[in-house]
Amino acid sequence: MILSIEQDTSRFRQIVRGRIKQNLRKYISNGELIGRQGKDLVSIPIPEIELPHFRFGGKQGGVGQGPGEVGTPIGRGDPDDGSGPAGDQPGNHILEVELTLQELVELLGEELGLPRIQPKSKNRVEGEITRYTGIRRVGPEGLRHFKRTYRETLKRQLVSGTYDPERPAIIPIRDDKRYRSWKVYPRPDNNAVVLYMMDVSGSMTQRKKHLVRLTAFWIDSWLRAHYKNLVTRYIVHDAVAHEVDQHTFYHVRESGGTRISAAYEMCRDILRRDYPVEDWNLYALHFSDGENFGDDDDDRCVALLKRELLPPMNLFCYGQVQSESRRQFMDALDEVSDEKLARARIDTDDDIYAAIKTFLGKGV
Amino acid sequence: MSLSPDLEMLQSVIEGYARDFGLDFFEVRFVMLDYRMMNQVAAYDGFPTRYPYWRFGMEYERLSKSYAYGLHRIYEMVINTIPCYAYLLASNDRVDQKLVMAHVYGHGDFFKNNLWFAHTNRKMLDEMANHAARIRRHIERHGLDCVEDFLDASLSLDNLIDIHAVGIQRRAAPIPETEERETVRKLPAKGYMDSFINPPEFLAEQQRRLEEAEQQRKRFPEEPERDVLLFLLEHAPLENWQHDLLDIVREEAYYFAPQRQTKIMNEGWASFAHTHIMTEHALEPNELIAYAEHHSGTVAVHSGQLNPYKLGLELYRDIEDRWNRGTFGPEYEACENLQARREWDKKLGLGRQKVFEVRRVYNDIGFIDEFLTEDFAREHRLFTFDYNADDNVYEISSRKFQDVKRRLLFQLTNFGQPIIEVVDGNYENRGELYLMHRHEGIDLDVPFAQDTLKNLYTLWGRPVRIETKVEEQGRVLFSHGPAGGERRRLD
Repeated sequence: MILSIEQDTSRFRQIVRGRIKQNLRKYISNGELIGRQGKDLVSIPIPEIELPHFRFGGKQGGVGQGPGEVGTPIGRGDPDDGSGPAGDQPGNHILEVELTLQELVELLGEELGLPRIQPKSKNRVEGEITRYTGIRRVGPEGLRHFKRTYRETLKRQLVSGTYDPERPAIIPIRDDKRYRSWKVYPRPDNNAVVLYMMDVSGSMTQRKKHLVRLTAFWIDSWLRAHYKNLVTRYIVHDAVAHEVDQHTFYHVRESGGTRISAAYEMCRDILRRDYPVEDWNLYALHFSDGENFGDDDDDRCVALLKRELLPPMNLFCYGQVQSESRRQFMDALDEVSDEKLARARIDTDDDIYAAIKTFLGKGV
Repeated sequence: MSLSPDLEMLQSVIEGYARDFGLDFFEVRFVMLDYRMMNQVAAYDGFPTRYPYWRFGMEYERLSKSYAYGLHRIYEMVINTIPCYAYLLASNDRVDQKLVMAHVYGHGDFFKNNLWFAHTNRKMLDEMANHAARIRRHIERHGLDCVEDFLDASLSLDNLIDIHAVGIQRRAAPIPETEERETVRKLPAKGYMDSFINPPEFLAEQQRRLEEAEQQRKRFPEEPERDVLLFLLEHAPLENWQHDLLDIVREEAYYFAPQRQTKIMNEGWASFAHTHIMTEHALEPNELIAYAEHHSGTVAVHSGQLNPYKLGLELYRDIEDRWNRGTFGPEYEACENLQARREWDKKLGLGRQKVFEVRRVYNDIGFIDEFLTEDFAREHRLFTFDYNADDNVYEISSRKFQDVKRRLLFQLTNFGQPIIEVVDGNYENRGELYLMHRHEGIDLDVPFAQDTLKNLYTLWGRPVRIETKVEEQGRVLFSHGPAGGERRRLD
């Protein structure tokens, strides 16, 4: 049974996913979407849209009941609706619910995409896929749709009065028969490689690496869920760069100085060697706290980016976490004006979502 | 789904107990729903036929998710109609159904007898279905997006109604226009007494008042208008379908207003009824534990938050006790001997009579104002809490009776919403709308107010303004016009 409210629910979901009614998007409260990281469960508030009203601002108190001295805390102030004016009104509670990784990735999903991805499949033609999508009146007997045919026959017999409930024989004639029909879809093969680079120098504290890994983890999860045949490579660097496997990338400890150009050189070499631009869509993400060693190296990186990295690539993302230094690599990148370069600052957990959207948002 | 024979029998038994207890209700019809239907009906505020709108879908999603994760379930739902429809969750245990039925009869009695519901439309089921049909027709003609956008704008103003106006004639009869100007009449006096009997200052004052009244009549609206939606309906340049939508939004807002005005009383009353019916009559010995568990879940206090079921129930009990013992009036108030106060008993036995009277004539504000005593606040450990920005927590700020009561009353006044009136519908003779926020110590949420103003602008068509106060800045005027939003300080 389909509930009549399904229509409203799907409309609501479309709004939340940004398909329609963009003007309501700013009232959606789901900022904490990927605030916490679990094994593969994440607790999130349910997205809610609150239409604007004339209402009181600020965090209001209220009246409560129970033990405690003056000054005893009774609830956290964040998220701000959690323990707002105490309940003489029901509703308006943000409920923390558990969401599986799969659901979350889907939620994240529909407004993201790998920018400028193109079919590049000279070497790996995957052919076409055939799907049964419809019904038609002619076709081979092997594709006869039994249920539809039965239904048509029954309908005809009922209408024409030849149906006898005592002897319910259902005999199809030619007009009753229904067959499955199919469509052929070409399957473009978007070969893509994504290179993750992370600064693991001494200045990258546990907290910073946590931010990087969280961001990379979500991007990685999302990409894997949406693109088949995706190749990922991982590079960590301090003063020199090493290629590592996924596990090491997410677990390595920090030490040493910082020379970003080392990583960019290695990135260039890997791409040149293994992933010719004719056959591959190339993506790279680099995370650092922006404390590069010396202006020389900044210049070197900029030159590398301009001349060798950016031209063949589809997208190069740079995410900078909690920089304490005055001289930041982020600023050095101002010199590069290329739409293929996406930059974002990630200072707190809350910035992760914005960063992902900057990197993978459609139409970047 | 209709009731099983067993439950039907149960219903007639419980109904009998309810009548014995003194409850008086319209016919109650129970409908069994599975959890999905229940969530749907709840998302529609109890009316299975509402117009298509995303907000119901949002509510449904929230309810189904929290149901799926075991965070809550809706055992019953009653609506204020004749007959009074009540929905029961099919998966309730038998003892739950008993409890819920008893509870429902409490609500039924409240809907019928409480005066704040006297003017509500008891055929609202049909009315809501009509609203849905009308809105569907508008959608067919004008397109979903168009109608939905207008609904978004209208619903963002749906708290701008005059909740005290239900059933009250607020429009003064028009004064016929007269040619001659009114003048101040002098009292007859002899010449030498005239300056004492008709002092010139007094005459001047009277003259000024008359002129003011005349000015007032030229104003539009004459009196500040609390029912902003009505003002828009009467004066905004709306197309027919828009007028119809706004009318629907307003009517539904007024229909639900009494329920919001009596949340504590209504839930408290239903709980008061079910405890009596269950514990004195309906409960079987083997159901005791299940009943106790369910009941205590209903009246539980979670992390210091006020529970309307609990507060209402305890207040009714307190009233019953006080009127049984006679612990009210000047004599009792004056008594300062704690021992004597505690043992005070004039054996009045008026308690039951009093609670029935209370459930008839009060709404939440009066209920709290009249019956929340200092003893009660102390006994139930009420406190106020406030936000502490330093620690990002809400913490207990006071246990003083005056503070608690004032805060509670403030929250209930106008549903804890800012009071906003139309003061001028033709501001500076340019057809602009001027709203006034009666500031009572708390600022408006500024970004929200600006967005609401934008919605108001789409309805009014001409620039709209709202005057309010912002802490440390004094009076501020927010406007929205064709050039977008604007903010200006007034002093």
